[in-house]
Amino acid sequence: MIAEAGLAALWFAGALAALQLVMAAIGIARDRDDVAAAVRPVAIVQGLLALLAMALLIELFLESDMSVKLVVENSHSAKPWLYKFAGAWGNHEGSMLLWVTILGLAGGAVAIFERSLPERTLTATLGAQATIALGFYAFLLFSSNPFARLNPAAADGLGLNPLLQDPGLAFHPPTLYTGYVGLSVAFSFAVGALVTRDVGPAFAKAMRPWVLIAWIFLTLGITAGSYWAYYELGWGGWWFWDPVENASLMPWLAATALLHSVTVLATRDGLRAWTIMLAVVAFSMSMIGTFLVRSGILTSVHAFAVDPERGAFILALLAIYIGGALALFAARIGTVRAGTTFDPVSREGALVANNLLLSVILGIVLIGTLYPIVAASFGVQLSVGPPFFNKAAGPIALLLVAVMAVGPLLRWRRDDAKAVLGRVMVPIGATLVAAIALLFVWPGVLPWAGLSLAAGLAVASVAPLWKRNLKRTPLFTYGMVIAHLGIAVSLAGMASDSAFTQETLVAVRTGEPARVGPYTVTLDGIAPVIGENWSALEARLTATRGSSERILRPQLRFFANPPTSTNESAILTVLDGQLYTVLGQPDGQGRWQLRLWWKPFVTLIWFGGVLIALGGMLSLLGRVRRERRATMRTQWA
Amino acid sequence: MSPAFAQPVTPPARYANVQLADPAKEASARALMETLRCLVCQGQSIADSDADMAADMRALVRERIERGEKPASIRDWLIARYGDYVTYDPPLSGLTWPLWLAPILLLGVGGWIARSSFRRRTR
Amino acid sequence: MKRFVLWAPLAIFALLFAVVASGLFRPAEKVVRSAMIGKPLPDFALPAMVPGKPGLSSASFRQGKPRLLNVFASWCIPCIAEAPQLMRLKAMGVPVDAIAIRDTAPAIAGFLRRNGDPYERIGSDKASQVQLALGSSGVPETFVIDGRGIVVKQIIGDIRPENVAEIVQAVKDAR
Repeated sequence: MIAEAGLAALWFAGALAALQLVMAAIGIARDRDDVAAAVRPVAIVQGLLALLAMALLIELFLESDMSVKLVVENSHSAKPWLYKFAGAWGNHEGSMLLWVTILGLAGGAVAIFERSLPERTLTATLGAQATIALGFYAFLLFSSNPFARLNPAAADGLGLNPLLQDPGLAFHPPTLYTGYVGLSVAFSFAVGALVTRDVGPAFAKAMRPWVLIAWIFLTLGITAGSYWAYYELGWGGWWFWDPVENASLMPWLAATALLHSVTVLATRDGLRAWTIMLAVVAFSMSMIGTFLVRSGILTSVHAFAVDPERGAFILALLAIYIGGALALFAARIGTVRAGTTFDPVSREGALVANNLLLSVILGIVLIGTLYPIVAASFGVQLSVGPPFFNKAAGPIALLLVAVMAVGPLLRWRRDDAKAVLGRVMVPIGATLVAAIALLFVWPGVLPWAGLSLAAGLAVASVAPLWKRNLKRTPLFTYGMVIAHLGIAVSLAGMASDSAFTQETLVAVRTGEPARVGPYTVTLDGIAPVIGENWSALEARLTATRGSSERILRPQLRFFANPPTSTNESAILTVLDGQLYTVLGQPDGQGRWQLRLWWKPFVTLIWFGGVLIALGGMLSLLGRVRRERRATMRTQWA
Repeated sequence: MSPAFAQPVTPPARYANVQLADPAKEASARALMETLRCLVCQGQSIADSDADMAADMRALVRERIERGEKPASIRDWLIARYGDYVTYDPPLSGLTWPLWLAPILLLGVGGWIARSSFRRRTR
Repeated sequence: MKRFVLWAPLAIFALLFAVVASGLFRPAEKVVRSAMIGKPLPDFALPAMVPGKPGLSSASFRQGKPRLLNVFASWCIPCIAEAPQLMRLKAMGVPVDAIAIRDTAPAIAGFLRRNGDPYERIGSDKASQVQLALGSSGVPETFVIDGRGIVVKQIIGDIRPENVAEIVQAVKDAR
């Protein structure tokens, strides 16, 4: 019964999306305000119905209803509660339903909260949002029905991919999807503005919170995903330039650029066409990302629920939405009044440089990710991986860091080059001091440049607070400071990890010590352990450093449904880094393989990521508060 | 992750999971391994794969480095056997030059677009 | 000019779409082909795998007659599936040699007892070093080597009944 109710909710939601699109179109084309006025409530109900469908799917997973095909294929009654819950979106159909749920809720939120945009543009925006949702509803209902029954019902399920059985699953996909969907809202705003030719500061201010929300969630999603891969894959790597990782990075890069260009549009009414273009690009990147992950056309460590046929559906949606938006762009943008132009030495100038460099990095990642497909059509098997991306994007990223350090210290409109030089003396000094100090422990070119620039950026990022009344400084300035500081922190972690990591690979007998970094690790013994749906061999390791002694328990874990084995790393986090331990195979002569890494300051990578997201949240809070105050003022005036 | 069947019965080669005694040689072996693609994995380098074949490739790299062979020549030897697929660092060729030229090209085009948003300085 | 530029993003997107769609509709090969086709077999000399059967060296492939070089292992399940085909090829007069990957004598002896023994020689490749030299990326794989020791063909995966004819043809052509 629950499955049927879920399917009904999904159908109703889809029908409402169609209604929403038609009413918005009539409202705008025929100038019927009465019809347009009904678009808001329809959007809200549509979101609630999608949420109901998602809730019902989760319920089916929780009660392990083995008459539902999706549950049978992706769950198992003996699975822990959390993975039943999160397992609802640990598969293709469920994750698509999660996507439309978030999409629907976002549309509802726009309908409820957006009060500053002209009504016509808002109606067009909600119409665009309904078009996107409609495509995904069709996708779910016609080719990926999550509520399909299995007749006769199965005795039990096939289980969930063990690599996905991790708390990360509960957090990572919903976060990333919220980010993707946030970008779809930005896209809808852009389309709405193109339809009504109303591209200006008001539009930018309405769009900005959504870009910020998307960007915060993308940042958190990537950070969480990176840490998840780091401890789960068991080799100490945290970023592999894998297609699936790139698929999440590309929307982030576009969103970061958009975040900065929308600020220029909101404050100085410049970069009109560019901002619209970026909003389209950002959403197309999240669609292409979804496509790359789902179609499986590129092999990836992180791939799951791969199906080329469904890839074709996403590709068709991509062509319709992005192709349509770009055609609209080409047809309309010529009639949108050009925005203001700037002085090169100004805050706007730095933001243009920021957008340029971010877009170039985005281009490199996109080309590098897709190039193997191009090569394949010439009959050549090609791999593009870390060496290419590091060489091609690394230097540009470092240049971007330099721009990021200087940018916030520039004035809007026009600045004096000499005065700027005076303001950046201290950060430059910090960079030079770090660069010279690091010459004594030469870490390699990129890490050296990275660490030095991180030092400079850390100093520069807090400089905007210098000599200011800290109480009267707006919240969004704090947001920017913290986000930029987060980049410096993260960069320092990345450079430190790649420069100073120490590795020890040994086969040891019980009681035999191994050294890695400042630690001596001794294998105390191996014992079997039984988990809820797995069994494991667990090593007990004693890690000593000076007088401190800590126990680590890495596992070699075996799953029965489906039959697989995984290495569960054990990580000791201390103030100056992490000790990363993995238990390998026995060598047949009484020794066990151990993989040990000492990674100084590696945690800064993810701590920085969290700081960046925190900065985004403060900024969002500050902007929303100011907007609200501004609307209240106009209402009272 | 690996399926729990079809496991070889013999222990892995000596240098598959054991480092070279000389830290400088180990470092250059490690750097090379990170750029070599595991042929049976889903997009992992041989430096971070559990596959037996990756282990044997690590052993091959370490043994050759220990004998004093240059990383570039080991890479070329593998490319001669598996084609460009085996390296994550695409060699420059008629097919890959657009890839390697892309960053400069993009900077150029981007700069040209960005130029239009700046005011011409008349003063 | 200006108008034309505005359509550039759509053109770029169309190109991007074409690339991605081509990846979907003409999926890339999931197997890695050897780049050794047309090149001489690398020099190697492997010790015997099982007692009573000689080991394998590259010299035995330069005797003027084409031969098959089968890469297999006792722990490999598709190798069991292709065993009847190899037996058929042997019965048709095609000489077959093999290298066994990461294997032990008892395991191989058991494998041959259960699945038949089409091999004239079996070399033991403990650390896949000859396999790597051949550009082979898994088991089973089969190479056709001509009489001068040149690699002329690679079959990736288990030999299916329908592959037998093309292998016989390749061996004939290599004479």
